Amino acid sequence: MNEEKHILSILVDNEPGVLSRIAGLFSGRGYNIESLSVAETNDPKVSRVTMVTTGVAQIIEQIKKQLHKLVNVITVHDLTGKAYVHRELVLVKVYTRPETRGEILRIADVFRAKIVDVGNEHYTVEVTGSEDKISAILKIFQPMGIKEIVRTGPVALFRE
Amino acid sequence: MEMTGAQIVMKSLKDEGVDVIFGYPGGAVIDFYDELTRTDIKHILVRHEQGAVHAADGFARVTGDVGVCMVTSGPGATNAVTGIATAYMDSIPMVIITGQVPTSLIGNDAFQEVDIVGITRPCTKHNYLVKDVKKLAYIIKEAFHIARTGRPGPVLIDIPKDITNSRTEYEQPGEVSLRSYNPNYKPNMKQISKIASLIKNAKKPLIFSGGGIILSDCSKELTELARKTNIPVTSSLMGLGGFPGTDDLWLGMLGMHGTYCANMAISECDLMLALGVRFDDRVTGKVDAFAKNATIVHVDIDPTSIHKNVPVQVPIVGDCKITLSVLNELLDQEKPEIIKPERKEWLGQVSEWKTGTPLAYSQSDVIKPQYVVEKLYELTKGEAIITTEVGQNQMWAAQFYKFATPNQWVTSGGLGTMGFGFPAAIGAQMAFPDKIVVDVAGDGSIQMNIQEMATAVQYGLPVKIVILNNRFLGMVRQWQELFYKRNYSSTNMEHAPDFVKLAEAYGAAGFRATKPSEVEEVLKKGLATPGPVIMDFVVEREECVYPMVPAGAPITNMLLV
Ligand SMILES: Cc1ncc(C[n+]2csc(CCOP(=O)(O)OP(=O)(O)O)c2C)c(N)n1
Repeated sequence: MNEEKHILSILVDNEPGVLSRIAGLFSGRGYNIESLSVAETNDPKVSRVTMVTTGVAQIIEQIKKQLHKLVNVITVHDLTGKAYVHRELVLVKVYTRPETRGEILRIADVFRAKIVDVGNEHYTVEVTGSEDKISAILKIFQPMGIKEIVRTGPVALFRE
Repeated sequence: MEMTGAQIVMKSLKDEGVDVIFGYPGGAVIDFYDELTRTDIKHILVRHEQGAVHAADGFARVTGDVGVCMVTSGPGATNAVTGIATAYMDSIPMVIITGQVPTSLIGNDAFQEVDIVGITRPCTKHNYLVKDVKKLAYIIKEAFHIARTGRPGPVLIDIPKDITNSRTEYEQPGEVSLRSYNPNYKPNMKQISKIASLIKNAKKPLIFSGGGIILSDCSKELTELARKTNIPVTSSLMGLGGFPGTDDLWLGMLGMHGTYCANMAISECDLMLALGVRFDDRVTGKVDAFAKNATIVHVDIDPTSIHKNVPVQVPIVGDCKITLSVLNELLDQEKPEIIKPERKEWLGQVSEWKTGTPLAYSQSDVIKPQYVVEKLYELTKGEAIITTEVGQNQMWAAQFYKFATPNQWVTSGGLGTMGFGFPAAIGAQMAFPDKIVVDVAGDGSIQMNIQEMATAVQYGLPVKIVILNNRFLGMVRQWQELFYKRNYSSTNMEHAPDFVKLAEAYGAAGFRATKPSEVEEVLKKGLATPGPVIMDFVVEREECVYPMVPAGAPITNMLLV
């Protein structure tokens, strides 16, 4: 059976402990979390969790049902296979040398990324976009030397 | 009216219909205990918090109501965890109230502080840390609602000491409404008509019933269905009593220590109606070989149970009682010979298995544990509430006591908790003071919560303990005998107290039988003696439970006597 990657969009009560219930469910049952992002929605009583997980179809089904069984989980939507928009934010510190600075600016421009901080030896570049786009820009920066990165993991919404 | 947190707790418990709680006091719950004396709620003071939780659990299993227990913070709460996990695994409705250090100290490693909400997250249906006394009444109401609806389970409420003694204007909480929790009771009607047509067309149908039948209180509907359609019935350990163990259609329990007949029938059936079961590995054995020829219909209130271990063709999420009532009605619209065909061949085959390879043991001049259970069945006319410990004693009780009614069989199925049976018996006896309640025990298990003898004596609860004393941790020894070349590593329990004297030390009565000829007499004496009694049966040391399916093997691979 094939492992599949799924994006789940989960609405939960905005209460302390809810995230730990979700994380505990995954660790306790040996499910895989690839990324997780959580924040309040327009309704302050509700938070949205966007989660990327992988597993064979039967495990994905269990994950969704088990999540739904948690008392604080309101809805679980599997976006995979549906029309949705998703974005991920990455901050990347790239090493700079006098001769590469222009190049980095040009690349940033092509990817509609922004230089958000300039240091003696590096630029910090902010990129948002699909996973593909982010991998692509990181690949280009790689040879110049990446000092550090931080990624949010995707957030996603149904397309209407 | 202004009330303290402690008063709100007592009022809320009364409003939920609670009249007995099991517990153990301590600093963090001292205000509740103070308030308790001004209510008519009975409190059973156990000797260990694990006992309190198992007692509440036993109470819940025999009544179908929510069991309630109360323990203090820190060590009180951690002592309760095994009991909570036990109830969780068997889906028993329960509310556990734990005291907590004052809000201002939480997180500071205060005296007797433990994060019990964190510890019990994976073994409760839900839990709460109360942070505002104004929310206390509603939280309690919600907790009871969650504990008893859907797939039932234990719910824990952790209440910091300052919340307990702060005051607020009490308002009766409104109806519980949770947008995130709405169990689905109503089955899909189309799916039910699919079952009806499968039943009509099946040549070798079988019902596999589980604890869900007991929890949804539909033993009557199940029995009606089986008799109406002439379908034989087997069950999981938790399902015993859901269908009368005396009925001709009853095949006995299924699984690792199930009957030959039940295990063969599962492997041969062409239609399996799996009702309120969760396909535990102790039941299925090797999953790939399980019910290979069958179309499986699975009814369960909990969607996560469906397709978890076994692929099923007709999944139905819903309450077993509703599902079976609708199915019974649907079938009634058919001609009698269609709903109740002769099923000659299938029933003939089944009865051949049943009579050809029955549960058996060979008599000798040493007491056989199975014989004790058989005699117990006879002398109690099958009417006792039987609780068990865990191990061989549990399996022999399951095999040789025929349970005619639900809520008569109280055992730790999912977690397999040694030390469960005796405190659970105390809870059951509290619920039904006039019934005979017997804990069938091993000499190992009984020593895990033997301190509750004092509880039974203090409250005059006439629980009878039948120890099948093999001076071994018998079930583990059995595995060592069969699969580890008799290397009896740490299963010898020869050093044990004199259980008769121990009973007497607690102020109870004790009797012992060492020969088969004494069994009946000791049982009679023990059952007739008022108050708690220990009956110590010195049994064959190396008796094994048969049939036995080695773990992970197909369930037709049975080792027989
Ligand atoms: C709390 C706990 N610890 C350990 C076990 C593992 N275990 C299962 S059966 C068993 C032996 C039980 O011995 P005894 O109570 O004497 O009963 P018998 O099998 O001899 O009837 C043990 C140790 C368990 N189920 N529960």
